[in-house]
Amino acid sequence: MPITHTLLAIDWAVFTEKLILIVSVVSASLVVAMYSTYAERKVAAIIQDRRGPNRAGPFGILQPLADGMKLFFKEEIIPNFSSKFLFILGPCLAMLTAIMVGAVIPWGNKIHIFNRDISLQIADINIGILYVFGVVSLGVYGIMIGGWASNNKFSLMGAMRAASQIISYELAMGISIIALLMVTGTLSLKEMVDQQTDHWWNIMKQPLGFLIFLICAFAETNRTPFDLAEAENELVGGYHVEYSSMKLGFYLFAEYINMFLSSAVMVSLYFGGYDIPFVNDISSINTLGVNWLAVLQGACFFAKIACFIFLFMWVRWTIPRFRYDQLMNLGWKILLPLALFNMLVTGALILLKQNHWHF
Amino acid sequence: MKPVSRKPMTIWERMYLPAILKGMFITFGHIFKKKATINYPEQTRPFSPVFRGLQILNRDEEGRENCTACGLCAVACPAEAITMEAAERKPGEEHLYREEKYAAKYEINMLRCIFCGLCEEACPKDAVYLSETFAPANYQRKGFIYGKPDLLIPHPKEDPEAFAKARGNRAQQPQGHGNEH
Repeated sequence: MPITHTLLAIDWAVFTEKLILIVSVVSASLVVAMYSTYAERKVAAIIQDRRGPNRAGPFGILQPLADGMKLFFKEEIIPNFSSKFLFILGPCLAMLTAIMVGAVIPWGNKIHIFNRDISLQIADINIGILYVFGVVSLGVYGIMIGGWASNNKFSLMGAMRAASQIISYELAMGISIIALLMVTGTLSLKEMVDQQTDHWWNIMKQPLGFLIFLICAFAETNRTPFDLAEAENELVGGYHVEYSSMKLGFYLFAEYINMFLSSAVMVSLYFGGYDIPFVNDISSINTLGVNWLAVLQGACFFAKIACFIFLFMWVRWTIPRFRYDQLMNLGWKILLPLALFNMLVTGALILLKQNHWHF
Repeated sequence: MKPVSRKPMTIWERMYLPAILKGMFITFGHIFKKKATINYPEQTRPFSPVFRGLQILNRDEEGRENCTACGLCAVACPAEAITMEAAERKPGEEHLYREEKYAAKYEINMLRCIFCGLCEEACPKDAVYLSETFAPANYQRKGFIYGKPDLLIPHPKEDPEAFAKARGNRAQQPQGHGNEH
């Protein structure tokens, strides 16, 4: 049966290389998210003139491990009145959708080992940014299902708040991206990054679009000033009132993974991705070699992401939370028209440029 | 009193972004500020010279206990934290007790003690004084009733270092106590 044989033949080299890449990207996101919790506490402490965690290990570096251990050892309560399957599905979905975004982000250009060029991107799909949006929208289900399955009025209301917030801000986010797509002419994240390595970063072409995207990213990841989903000090706890132990941990952890990956998306879209600033990446291939360049690019990418994560935390410990009506006003009455305006202006300018600046 | 401004906000103010940026610079400035907190168990703040911590029962230079169980400290104590039992010195115990009478039992209940230092002031023999140790911890309440083994200062001959440390720079020869020889 020769035909089935060829059909079932899997390119094992590609398979292993992708498997290794997937495992490393997932574990990298988990580790970064873990240490984001540590960084958050440290940043909060420093901004508030405190010292932050410094007891577990040197400089408190083992604090995230201790926190994780604590959450695992806590008693796990699944309420009697909850819908058990959905109750467990909620945090799973939140975690899954958070991690899935990492699949389309180009973490570096490529490396050359064993006589093979290996791209440092799990899947270079040509609709990369659409995929990101699709997965991010799925994130609402994690929250909504969690709040619904708890069968508790407060968690349901919290979930409703969170869901309506995320859906409202997705709109402005999408439209701000459309303007960027008109400029770049591609949906693939890899191609966008390649364009930015050769020319200006997209932030230069789309400053307003970036601002809108940034604000929406804060809202999408439920970070202050838009953290009404949780609102620890005025709501009971939002959609995760009934959750305890590691299920609660997963919800909180998913927020940090979201923060990491949305930073990665923002860097890829607007800040040149893995491009090393002020260095001509193409000519430095000759001096450094492909592999070392990939390492440098990866480091550069992570440094940019770290800056964004710091920005997220910095804003969180500066600005108070919005009121719910203010949140909705900002989303629908300001950001959405602004994004439309940005799209319109971008379109007009592109048309003008194609006509060689003649009306 | 400053009246509340009811002026409608200008466009610039309603954009909020400048105000947010200003706020962010303020919080950023706090990163470089000196922290008021110290790493407590590793670092401690210096005490004032009149700090009153846990009591210590004193010995003289030859290691003999000063206390004569006169009971003045117990009388002076407003919290009634001190109890003692007196005993007579037997021949051959001269190296242990400085005078003919000594405290066979001397207990201070640290849960009752208010660290006022009146015992130190009442003592005619310079036998009890308040040290700089201040954070007793125990698993049981009875652990807070300090007996003689907990209170006595280390022996100056057998353990001169610990003795010097326990004395610190306080409890130097006090003046005007009337107990100068």
